[in-house]
Amino acid sequence: MNDSPLIDISDVTHAYKTEAGPLPVLRDLTIRAAEGTFTAVVGPSGCGKSTLTRLVAGLMIPDEGEVRLHGELVKSPRKTVGMAFQNPVLLEWRTIMDNVLLPLEIVGTKLNRAEQRDRAMELLTLVGLDGFEDKRPSELSGGMRQRASLCRSIVHRPEVLILDEPFGALDNFTREDLWQTMHDLRKAETFTCVLITHDLRESLFLGDQVVVLSGRPATVQYVMDVTLGPDRVLDDLYTPESAENLHILRDQIKIAQGRDVA
Amino acid sequence: MTAIRKAGIPLLAILIFALFWEWLVWFNAWPNYKMASPSDLGPAFWKFRWLFLEYGWDTLWRTVVGLLLAILVGIGIGVIMGFSRTMREALYPLLVGFNAIPKATVVPVIALLFVGQHDFNTVLMAFMISFFPIAVSVSIGLSTLEPEYRDILRALGASRWQIFTKIALPKTLPEFFGALKVSVTLAFIGTNLMEIVEPHGRGLGHLFDSGKISADYPLMFAVLIALAVLGIALYYIVVMLEQTFAGWAERAET
Ligand SMILES: Nc1ncnc2c1ncn2[C@@H]1O[C@H](COP(=O)(O)OP(=O)(O)OP(=O)(O)O)[C@@H](O)[C@H]1O
Ligand SMILES: [Mg+2]
Repeated sequence: MNDSPLIDISDVTHAYKTEAGPLPVLRDLTIRAAEGTFTAVVGPSGCGKSTLTRLVAGLMIPDEGEVRLHGELVKSPRKTVGMAFQNPVLLEWRTIMDNVLLPLEIVGTKLNRAEQRDRAMELLTLVGLDGFEDKRPSELSGGMRQRASLCRSIVHRPEVLILDEPFGALDNFTREDLWQTMHDLRKAETFTCVLITHDLRESLFLGDQVVVLSGRPATVQYVMDVTLGPDRVLDDLYTPESAENLHILRDQIKIAQGRDVA
Repeated sequence: MTAIRKAGIPLLAILIFALFWEWLVWFNAWPNYKMASPSDLGPAFWKFRWLFLEYGWDTLWRTVVGLLLAILVGIGIGVIMGFSRTMREALYPLLVGFNAIPKATVVPVIALLFVGQHDFNTVLMAFMISFFPIAVSVSIGLSTLEPEYRDILRALGASRWQIFTKIALPKTLPEFFGALKVSVTLAFIGTNLMEIVEPHGRGLGHLFDSGKISADYPLMFAVLIALAVLGIALYYIVVMLEQTFAGWAERAET
């Protein structure tokens, strides 16, 4: 890890223009993430988390402040970013394989057709979807679709991976399986990840740092450095230390929501 | 077995329908100038076989050309309305108003406007009556594209054209074919309205009109059957295209 952060969001302020006037969503927000790290962002509903991801992806430009990736100012979308959402948005008219290959058709690649398929197959195998590459999305369960969506988001080896509540719609068991899958992907691939989530346990289990955003307009209210190592197991969430951390995070969310801490 | 079933059941239904029709005419003792029976149709077809071929071809190509125009213009308008909110708000009332005008009232206007241009008039009518569903379905398909679908490509720096061809267009195909099935039938109505009204207009509609003038009921019914056959043929061609290009949508629902 070098000292200049890979993701550098500094003093970003942003408002949506609505019919009722400007709606301030982000205020003086600063987040830094070193290369290869995993940043989990939590915050009250509607506080501006998805807006933040759109700024990092270059889909929008902030009113004030700047977003830099690798020191370069983000002014438009770039090919070195991968995204996945709560809705897996797989294309029903394509097979799982062709869905995963989609980014390569857009960003261009030196790989030939067979190498592209090998690359996709490597990821599908990693997430446990080998044997399903020729199926249609509708033939897969929700968790499997989300796995396919994850493969698609990293098939082009992005530097930055943006995940906006990708596990939010899944049941608890499936979600915990996918956390494990996320760790497997992290070991096999190199990316710097920003994960938006509503689930505090998820933020602790996956994040190297957990950023708590305040209510809208969102700013960074609290940052927790997670001390769990790279080889995490679910039981790590049930240690006294984790319980204590979860407690702190829960209190921070209450503050962000404007509720009193008991 | 399934092939026999697939062809056999509809054929059996047609046979039962024809028998019932024959029986109805016989039971009521309707004379030929009141109602034709299926057994009258054969002779009528045979007597006018060359006219049926010639006029059937006229009706068919006019309908198909009108439909192709409707597809082109309908997609064009649909794309414009689907991508631009301003254009959608501007064009929608115009389109709805235009579609609300009963097309039978437009027929004489066009017939007088381009006197003697039978082919042109008929194609125009087929086009005018059938482009609306296509335009609306394409515009709705495009404008209701979830933003996330756009974002997964936009985040990679995809061009608008790439987003259109890789996502918007294929995603809209099922709606487009649904509308096309409606438009096929409408285009036939347009063609025939014009052919019936125009003197010397040729086409099956014209044959129907001559049957009416000479009170030849078997001929009139034979024309109706011929129109039904053409309509079914075109409809199933569209269904086949739909299964080829948008068959995934059917699978997705089960
Ligand atoms: N395109 C837009 N135009 C106007 N307002 C918007 C737009 N997108 C989002 N907003 C508003 O901005 C605020 C923040 O939205 P955002 O989607 O970033 O929140 P979020 O933290 O991701 O919410 P959630 O937890 O529900 O996913 C919300 O109040 C939302 O209504
Ligand atoms: Mg959100």
